[in-house]
Amino acid sequence: MNAYLGVDIGSISTKGVIINDDNQILASYYLWTKGNPIEAVKTLIRELEKQVSKQKLHIIGVGTTGSARKLIGTMLNANIVKNEITAHAIGTLSLYPDVKTIFEIGGQDSKIILIEDGVVVDYAMNTLCAAGTGAFLSSQANRLGVPVEEFGKIALTSKNPTKIAARCTVFAESDLVHKAQMGYKKEDIIAGLCKSVVSNYLNNVGKGKKIKAPIIFQGGVSKNIGVKKAFEEEVGCNVTVDKNGHLMGALGVAILSKKAPLMTNFQFSITDDNFETKGVECNRCSNHCEIICVSKNKKLIDAWGNRCSNGDIMSKQR
Amino acid sequence: MKEERIISFPHLGDYYIPIKFLLNKLTKLKVMESPPITKKTIDLGSKYSPDFVCVPFKYNLGNFIETLENGANVLIQAGGGCRYGYYAEVQEKILKDLGYHFEFYTLVNSDRITPRSLYQTFKKIDSKIPLYKMLYYAPLTILMIRYMDNIDDLIRKNIGFEKLKNSFLTLKKEMLDSFTHCKGYCSLTKRYFTYKKKFKNLEIEKPENCLKVGIIGELYTSMEPFSSYFLEKELASMNIEIKRFTNVSYLLYQKRLERKKNLRYIEKYCKYTIGADGMDNIYRAKYLIDQSYDGIIHIKPFGCTPEIGAIPIIRKVCQDGKMPIIYFSFDSQTSETGIKTRLEAFYDMLKIKKG
Repeated sequence: MNAYLGVDIGSISTKGVIINDDNQILASYYLWTKGNPIEAVKTLIRELEKQVSKQKLHIIGVGTTGSARKLIGTMLNANIVKNEITAHAIGTLSLYPDVKTIFEIGGQDSKIILIEDGVVVDYAMNTLCAAGTGAFLSSQANRLGVPVEEFGKIALTSKNPTKIAARCTVFAESDLVHKAQMGYKKEDIIAGLCKSVVSNYLNNVGKGKKIKAPIIFQGGVSKNIGVKKAFEEEVGCNVTVDKNGHLMGALGVAILSKKAPLMTNFQFSITDDNFETKGVECNRCSNHCEIICVSKNKKLIDAWGNRCSNGDIMSKQR
Repeated sequence: MKEERIISFPHLGDYYIPIKFLLNKLTKLKVMESPPITKKTIDLGSKYSPDFVCVPFKYNLGNFIETLENGANVLIQAGGGCRYGYYAEVQEKILKDLGYHFEFYTLVNSDRITPRSLYQTFKKIDSKIPLYKMLYYAPLTILMIRYMDNIDDLIRKNIGFEKLKNSFLTLKKEMLDSFTHCKGYCSLTKRYFTYKKKFKNLEIEKPENCLKVGIIGELYTSMEPFSSYFLEKELASMNIEIKRFTNVSYLLYQKRLERKKNLRYIEKYCKYTIGADGMDNIYRAKYLIDQSYDGIIHIKPFGCTPEIGAIPIIRKVCQDGKMPIIYFSFDSQTSETGIKTRLEAFYDMLKIKKG
């Protein structure tokens, strides 16, 4: 049976799905990237293989997305490497064809995608600042000594959320410390944090955008029921969170790989290969480009990062 | 013996060619262009600039430092209707504080640049410049700039579809080289038409309904490719036809001539000029909508006040016209990956929308 693999390698977590021709998810897995995308993807592939080992699958398309998409795309010999905005839109649209707005809050980025008649018409992504993203929430959970997974549940128990300055991570953090020292209850502070994530998101990423229902909320932070509730209060309508919400990027890029030309020759045994990356500074001009070289079993397979042809390592290899 | 005077100026795209041409013809000074902009330029510039100044200031300062290191001792700087108007004074002070010795001249001392004021400034640089030379070569240079801009418009329309990689840029380089050797109006015009023909004859594969995108925004980031991380090159590699309005010809005379007409065109949205190119960009957004372009890219340096003022109005114009628009803010610390991701997504959006 033909199948397609989609991998979404984010800053915090790595997600992968295997789908069949009807876009049904045959296998999926989710793990922390832990700053090592190559290892994370190897673990991911092993786990996915376990889940589908009973079926005779022939993977004929591989797609990658997320911030490490290029690296992993090279590693897996992907036939499509797509940005996460398009991937998320395609993935979500395959499950919810009539969606109008997608909220997505991930580890380090947050985006809003507006859709009309099944076509993306506008989008925005946070710039410059990671305030109000998953990384912020998990570092604050750490500070409060609460596992981030339970954040949402605790937030729901609060009756009187504390107001927390939301504009900037650093200010929010000092405000949070201040409120804790003042003697505010922990659950109120946590609920306040969830609210601050939402108001930050709507004021920065969602600024000037017309938000229309139905709304889908996804990305790692969507697992936080407290943030979901805060969103519903703020926008005044129901916000849907899919149980596979975290997989939408991977699903989207798997679907895209179906349409892309050039089917790849993907084998699960790729996990046995040795991949190495090396950053080299090119000294041929004063741009000093940092060139990333990727080698597979000690053989250079790709390099990028050069601004001009001086640093074009690959063409010299050939 | 007196030290040789070497004159230099900051970079702005390819415009160093006509500026060098003019200075060579007018003055007896040795003309030296600053080294091409690289990461080192912006690193140097940022190191000695106030952190929150807009990014063209940092590029200019980096250019000055590099060229002073190479031996230049006479610097010129222009100015304009926004913070650009203060660049010269602040940069002169920073460079003097760094211990460099040089003469510094500002071409635009007030909001108005007139042939008379320009001549007076040049007189200060080199008192022996005869008026007739000025009257001959200044318009010739402006004509050269105009020809360059015309060719650039042509290139932007077609470069995304070239059959032979780099054919446009190679020919452009050849043309610019030929321009510097022209002797007068006749020879310049002759060269222009020869090359225009050559450009038209370059082979392209352009589909009927290709994507067309307009670039609007602040002048420096529009005109200096390095500062926008080679945005136009990136767009060309996606097979997009590009329209860009800002060029030196526009700033020199077109802007002033078209002001009233443009204001009338957008009177529903904006009734007076809002500094620098703010109003012009609102006009351009409206124009691109009416010409049924597929998308607009608005670029500016981080903290560019006139553009910040224009953005909410542009947003309204685009909402009314259902025009996809994306905004980029460039700084010395902008992440290139972030720009690429957004640009790619923008391209996908336009492509899917167009079908």
